[in-house]
Amino acid sequence: MSDDEPIISVRGLRNSFGEQVIHEDLDLDVRKGEILGVVGGSGTGKSVLMRSIIGLQQPDEGEIKVFGEHILGRNEDELKLIRQRWGILFQSGALFSTLTVAENVQVPIREFFPDIDEDLNDEIAAYKVVMSGLPAEAGPKFPAELSGGMKKRAGVARALALDPELLFLDEPTAGLDPIGAAAFDELIRDLQSALGLTVFLITHDLDSLYAICDRVAVLADKKVVAVGTIPELLALDHPWIEEYFRGPRGRAAAMTKTGGADV
Amino acid sequence: MDSPADFTVAEDGGRQVVRFSGALTLAGLGNLPKRLNALNRRDMVVDLSDVSSVDTVGAWLIHKLARDDNAEIKGCSEDAAALIEQVSQADQPVKMRPDRTPPLYRVLGQIGLATVQAGRTMLGLLGFFGSLVIASFNLIRHPRRFRFNAVVQQFEVVGADALGIIGLMSFLVGIVIAQQGAVQLRQFGAEVFTVNLIGRSAVKELGVLMTAIMVAGRSSSAFAAQIGSMKLNEEVAAMTTIGVSPMEALVFPRVFATVLMMPLLGFYAAMLAVIGGGVFTWMALDIPPVTFVQRIREVVPMTDLYQTLIKAPVFGLIIAMAGCFQGMLVEGSAEEVGLRTTSAVVQSIFLVIVLDAFFAVFFTSIGWP
Repeated sequence: MSDDEPIISVRGLRNSFGEQVIHEDLDLDVRKGEILGVVGGSGTGKSVLMRSIIGLQQPDEGEIKVFGEHILGRNEDELKLIRQRWGILFQSGALFSTLTVAENVQVPIREFFPDIDEDLNDEIAAYKVVMSGLPAEAGPKFPAELSGGMKKRAGVARALALDPELLFLDEPTAGLDPIGAAAFDELIRDLQSALGLTVFLITHDLDSLYAICDRVAVLADKKVVAVGTIPELLALDHPWIEEYFRGPRGRAAAMTKTGGADV
Repeated sequence: MDSPADFTVAEDGGRQVVRFSGALTLAGLGNLPKRLNALNRRDMVVDLSDVSSVDTVGAWLIHKLARDDNAEIKGCSEDAAALIEQVSQADQPVKMRPDRTPPLYRVLGQIGLATVQAGRTMLGLLGFFGSLVIASFNLIRHPRRFRFNAVVQQFEVVGADALGIIGLMSFLVGIVIAQQGAVQLRQFGAEVFTVNLIGRSAVKELGVLMTAIMVAGRSSSAFAAQIGSMKLNEEVAAMTTIGVSPMEALVFPRVFATVLMMPLLGFYAAMLAVIGGGVFTWMALDIPPVTFVQRIREVVPMTDLYQTLIKAPVFGLIIAMAGCFQGMLVEGSAEEVGLRTTSAVVQSIFLVIVLDAFFAVFFTSIGWP
């Protein structure tokens, strides 16, 4: 795979549940090393798109390539090699409730590299936990003892366990207070630049979009209607995009962004 | 694909030079950490110029050499340097596992905890019974708040829907009792007493007990799960703030319906067990149905039926209360719904059997055979 080839490429995707068509002829490219924000109204199939790309949802039609490899119609062994190279943070963390935070981080390492030295595995889990912005005391805690924000950080630690090239985040800042959400944005930005990640970020959080996304993809009318930086999107004159970014909340988020730049 | 990670050791002016090569990544590591540990390390220089790629795991290994052995790092690419910097910032002692207590303490602690919890549960159940009584009095004073539709719906769910399974189960239990009894009694040439065995055990004990166990499994668990998920969903809280008492709206209809349905189901189960036994004795022992019915009427006293009809509503009360009580205790996570549902069934069956023993002693002491 050459450097300018997109890391995710979706062509002609069609998803439906019974009579209801979610996606129709959807195309999307994610470039290497960018943070792509995916927005869209409720029910436009943002999560379904993510689930299709990571192979949890079987689309009716279409072609999905990740790291230049086809995802659809692959057997489990081939998919396993691809799965090693991405990490996923589900909406509420999806931590394994019977394992501690540190053990959660070790699950993917144990699964893919069963021969790894125990001490090294412990050390890896330790620095991943700290890197994800969790306090050192969080290691031996169980998910039920963590707050929502800490669960998501632990989820990130697990998603980063195998040093993925690609990180999927499903509404990471939903349910966090503004301070926690801003800190989380910063964490994603820091990790992205430090580890050279590509990030596929589903969000409703306008602040996140302004703060960390390089480009934004807009899902509407069953397809991706536009992809680009926020100024590029606004230049398009699409009514939904207009309403989304120019609405009262959009304006407030844009103001904090420009205000921040002035200081 | 990169070649896997490797290293060579050389001497350079009295210093140990460790030269790494290949992919210093989790996937390419192989047994390198072990070999690195086995190395007799001293004043060393780490040369990374031949390394093709590094991830955080590789960076961590290099960071450890620098930290523990004061190694000097050279030939490091910009990316690798940034990664090493990142992991060194994340280097803090992190505990992996919760503290382990010695097994003896743990067992003692568990026994203590279980005792306290059992006591609390019984107290809680008593308190729950109290609020149920209060709710019932409120409903008597304000009959218009009585939820007729909810009660009828519970009649169907607890009673009518259970007819098939309870009937089949009782019929089969009747056959089993008759068959086992006949085998034993034949040794004394007293096969004819099989009828006594079937009639008395089914009408007095088995019918109502099997029904109680089945209702506990079907309805007590359902109550716990329904009310539990409503609690999780904050429906119960919403109800309270609107001014609807969950005790009146959720608990009372379920308890009332179960209390009313249990005697009916218990009687029905007893009859089907008797019929099952009758079918068996007819087929296997050649006792004609007419004789069987006649014998049943002779050997089963009315008090046996009274016992069943007195026990059944009490069992119904216990079963429905245990289910609703456990449902109300759900807090926090969906996992809890599962745990509470299990406790509801265990608790109601346990209490039913304990109470059944008390009833047996009580009825004997008042002279019911």
